[in-house]
Amino acid sequence: MAAYMITPTLQRVLLSAKHVSFQSRYCVVAGRARYSVVYDASEKTFDKILIANRGEIACRVMKTCRKMGIKTVAVHSDVDANAVHVKMADEAVCVGPAPTNRSYLNMDAIMDAIRITGAQAVHPGYGFLSENKEFAKRLAAEDVVFVGPDTHAIHAMGDKIESKLLAKAAKVNVIPGFDGVVENVEDAVKIAGQIGYPVMIKASAGGGGKGMRIAWNDDETREGFRLSSQEAASSFGDDRLLIEKFVDNPRHIEIQVLADKHGNALWLNERECSIQRRNQKVVEEAPSTFLDPDTRRAMGEQAVQLAKAVKYSSAGTVEFLVDSKKNFYFLEMNTRLQVEHPITECITGLDLVQQMIRIAKGFPLVHRQEDIPINGWAIESRVYAEDPYKSFGLPSIGRLSQYQEPISLPNVRVDSGIQEGSDISIYYDPMISKLVTYGATRAEALQKMEDALDHYVIRGVTHNIPLLREIITNPRFISGDITTNFLPEEYPEGFTGHRLTPEGRRELLATAAALYISAQLRSQRFMGNLRVSTTSQEQSQWELQVELEKKSHLVSLSRSGSSFTVEVDGGSVEVSGEWNLASALLPLSINGNPRVLQCLSRDATGQITLQYLGTQFKLRVLSRLAAKLTGHMPEKVPEDTSSILRSPMPGSVVAVSVKPGDMVAEGQEICVIEAMKMQNSLIAARAAKVKSVHCKAGETVGEGDLLVELE
Amino acid sequence: RLSVSRSASVMIRVCVLFTGKIMDQAMMVGAPVIGLNDSGGARIQEGVESLAGYADIFLRNVLASGVVPQISLIMGPCAGGAVYSPALTDFTFMVKDTSYLFITGPDVVKSVTNEDVTQEELGGAKTHTAVSGVAHRAFENDIDALLNLRDFFNFLPLSNRDPAPVTECQDPSDRLVPGLDTVVPFETTKAYDMLDIIQGVVDEREFFEIMPNYAKNIVVGFARMNGRTVGIVGNQPKVASGCLDINSSVKGARFVRFCDAFNIPIITFVDVPGFLPGTSQEYGGIIRHGAKLLFAFAEATVPKITIITRKAYGGAYDVMSSKHLRGDVNYAWPSAEVAVMGAKGAVQIIFRGKTNQAEQEAEYVEKFANPFPAAVRGFVDDIIVPSTTRKRICRDLEVLASKKQTNPWKKHANIPL
Repeated sequence: MAAYMITPTLQRVLLSAKHVSFQSRYCVVAGRARYSVVYDASEKTFDKILIANRGEIACRVMKTCRKMGIKTVAVHSDVDANAVHVKMADEAVCVGPAPTNRSYLNMDAIMDAIRITGAQAVHPGYGFLSENKEFAKRLAAEDVVFVGPDTHAIHAMGDKIESKLLAKAAKVNVIPGFDGVVENVEDAVKIAGQIGYPVMIKASAGGGGKGMRIAWNDDETREGFRLSSQEAASSFGDDRLLIEKFVDNPRHIEIQVLADKHGNALWLNERECSIQRRNQKVVEEAPSTFLDPDTRRAMGEQAVQLAKAVKYSSAGTVEFLVDSKKNFYFLEMNTRLQVEHPITECITGLDLVQQMIRIAKGFPLVHRQEDIPINGWAIESRVYAEDPYKSFGLPSIGRLSQYQEPISLPNVRVDSGIQEGSDISIYYDPMISKLVTYGATRAEALQKMEDALDHYVIRGVTHNIPLLREIITNPRFISGDITTNFLPEEYPEGFTGHRLTPEGRRELLATAAALYISAQLRSQRFMGNLRVSTTSQEQSQWELQVELEKKSHLVSLSRSGSSFTVEVDGGSVEVSGEWNLASALLPLSINGNPRVLQCLSRDATGQITLQYLGTQFKLRVLSRLAAKLTGHMPEKVPEDTSSILRSPMPGSVVAVSVKPGDMVAEGQEICVIEAMKMQNSLIAARAAKVKSVHCKAGETVGEGDLLVELE
Repeated sequence: RLSVSRSASVMIRVCVLFTGKIMDQAMMVGAPVIGLNDSGGARIQEGVESLAGYADIFLRNVLASGVVPQISLIMGPCAGGAVYSPALTDFTFMVKDTSYLFITGPDVVKSVTNEDVTQEELGGAKTHTAVSGVAHRAFENDIDALLNLRDFFNFLPLSNRDPAPVTECQDPSDRLVPGLDTVVPFETTKAYDMLDIIQGVVDEREFFEIMPNYAKNIVVGFARMNGRTVGIVGNQPKVASGCLDINSSVKGARFVRFCDAFNIPIITFVDVPGFLPGTSQEYGGIIRHGAKLLFAFAEATVPKITIITRKAYGGAYDVMSSKHLRGDVNYAWPSAEVAVMGAKGAVQIIFRGKTNQAEQEAEYVEKFANPFPAAVRGFVDDIIVPSTTRKRICRDLEVLASKKQTNPWKKHANIPL
């Protein structure tokens, strides 16, 4: 079911490379493919590898292991016993109960699993124990190979200050700043001049933006110093100030490196990861629209210098901040396989997991720097089980009642570790999959991404496809003008879904009406019942009313065969399709253009939920008569929500700060809910007396569960 | 009162005078009867005549019962004698906030028992769909109710002489449902939602649940398999572990009898740990009420397909459309446990006072808590991969479409009411 199309993707890469106009590039691809993608069985690596991870990355690693003829061992928590990575592995060992610190982070249990199964090496994936030097040490003590860098590299890069010093020593650009305390105004101007404008002046004791000033010249520095020290003194009682380089309009661009144990190191180009929310990446691409070959080479070479300086081996990532003038500064180095590694694989044709395993066994790299190409463009969207309308994504949980990956489309790769029927639980990361599309050009890859998102069927949990689809069709994103603040800049009021154009609205209304009629017609067709007369002349004209976003629209339809001509909002829309009401996807032709919509729900009362351009729209289709009579229906009084507090998400109650009878002020914390490692404090909407408390600390609550009632 | 007629084969009461005539005709031609009720009861000024009028309707309701489907839609306050006609029909639907059913209204209640109660509390949609079990479902408003009624009506055959209707179906009958392979949790004590299984199996995930808010430990309702209407009965492990109690037995029994009366095949999903123990159940007559469900399943001659998803313990196993009650096809999933009781309870009885109970429990699980003892004896026809459930049910229904089975002649059976 779930697909990890490494070989097919690479084959597709080769296929699409054929369309690239110049022949030489194709030869490079074909030539490289001979030794990088073919899994050489005579090159003896390991017999058995244990994958100390779960979900998509465990599956991803196993996929390569299989191709390399390596047996795989999965570890899992008890709730994951049925998970895809467990089924995929040759052997599986349960390492504890659901909470990660008792299972996937439980080193004792994982060491036991290694001993039981006789695994010779461990691939840690990302997260969990991947950057845990203690774990690497314990493996080394038992002569088990850690598929990753040596302990000292993990240690050196794991420490923010030490890694910065090492980077500085390796002649890697770091954010310039004055490490000491600034004495006075003239001192500040002098230091700012040395660092180069713009600079940031901030309070030594600061935080939360207080006592922070950006200065672009000497005058602003003087002004900023004065104001910041006053503010710092009044806010923190400490007027000491620091100065460092201010990175304007920063982008997050990282370089993939690959180094072996023989002192060879390569850089595999960059990944643009600027689209983030709460410091978590959402959409990544390779290459970056922003880098020119010189900057790319400079960044790559510095990344390699750093890798060599710490005697790095295995795959690693050097993260940089890049400002609007293409100055780049070292941020940190991740000593593991990154989540977004597939896009690098797409454009370079390498299998990074295979390379990691080869390197761990001690084989030297077979590629040279000049072998590493940039072929085409790859984009990755992280599909999460979360509600994008709540601060760009709050976790949601549930059971995937229906799930179809768009892998039948060409040049689409989906890395996932779930399948239809899987549970997205509160215990683990809510990522559903990584959706990667590939094209000869960026425009082609983006177009594929649109198609893939439209064809992706996820039911049972709330997901972020609406947000992903809006990002990849955002004009600013398409132009490549992005920074790490892209989301808050583009959606200052929060994400609200796709905004319909008048034409889009007509398409949507027409589709809903046509779908409604198709369902009506079908419900009248009884098979083999002689008592119900089958009329050969079915009705072909309808007058309906469709409600969308609280507005009613009069719609007239006429049908010929499976195509409908719909008059709506003063325009005419031609909609045709198969109208397969059992299918999750609704492939249509709207005014001659192919469009894929999804029908998420449809009921007898004309309520239809359609996914159109990624966003879900609720519509209601009624006959004109029913619509007219609806006006006479008594209005329902909605529940008064200011006096009740419901859980905005599923999770566990960490603390309840009130008890019945307490007085609470507006904005006072009532309780704290933890979901997916995030603590959310829930506050009172108004000042009131607490009437009743319906939750206890430690309890698990679902979305919409009543927590506290106020009087 | 409203009157609607749909494709000439349905009749709806126009008013009391015509009702009897229309119902007679409906019975004669075999057409369902739909009543739209909004009646304050007998017209006092008409005296005994109005009572006679009621009785005429009641009689027809009773005679038509099991001949043509009868549905009541309560669209306003109904009191006194007016409530008995809906009670005699097969299904009673209500409109939320605007419809009420009670023998006597709040004023009379106040004067007789001194109870203070609102119309809504006494006989509103919420009361009857969740507490009393008088109504089978409630809808938002009149329009929603009528639209839902049309949808529901499409599931039903026209009369007991007609087969269950078959509509055009676009959902492949051999569709595999991979989600079913993981729906039953490993720990036998952990709950799951039976609706996940039902929606996965049926056409287009469309399931018209009957009494969704009453006795929620059993799920009943209509769906289609390859276009053909089926009645679905399932224990709901999410509520009270899916055990059978008084209310759920009665709810299930009435539904099974309706399906049997109108040629609708019954598909039963079993995950039942037994009957609910305790004084409140025993004093309430769980024995006699539980027997109703047993009676209904045993008596039914329509195609009966049963899938044991997990627990099938004790007498409740027998009750839930077992092979022994003339089940046509009985499947077990690999997670099934067909046994007299759960491992823990069984070991405590068999090995009372012994110390190595954990070991004995493991042995019990090995020996009894699996589908094999039932399968080797032929009480289960096959142990199937859950994802193939839909495919098999569709295939079996096709074979069973021509099933003919009759019970011995009798005036009527004597179900333990």
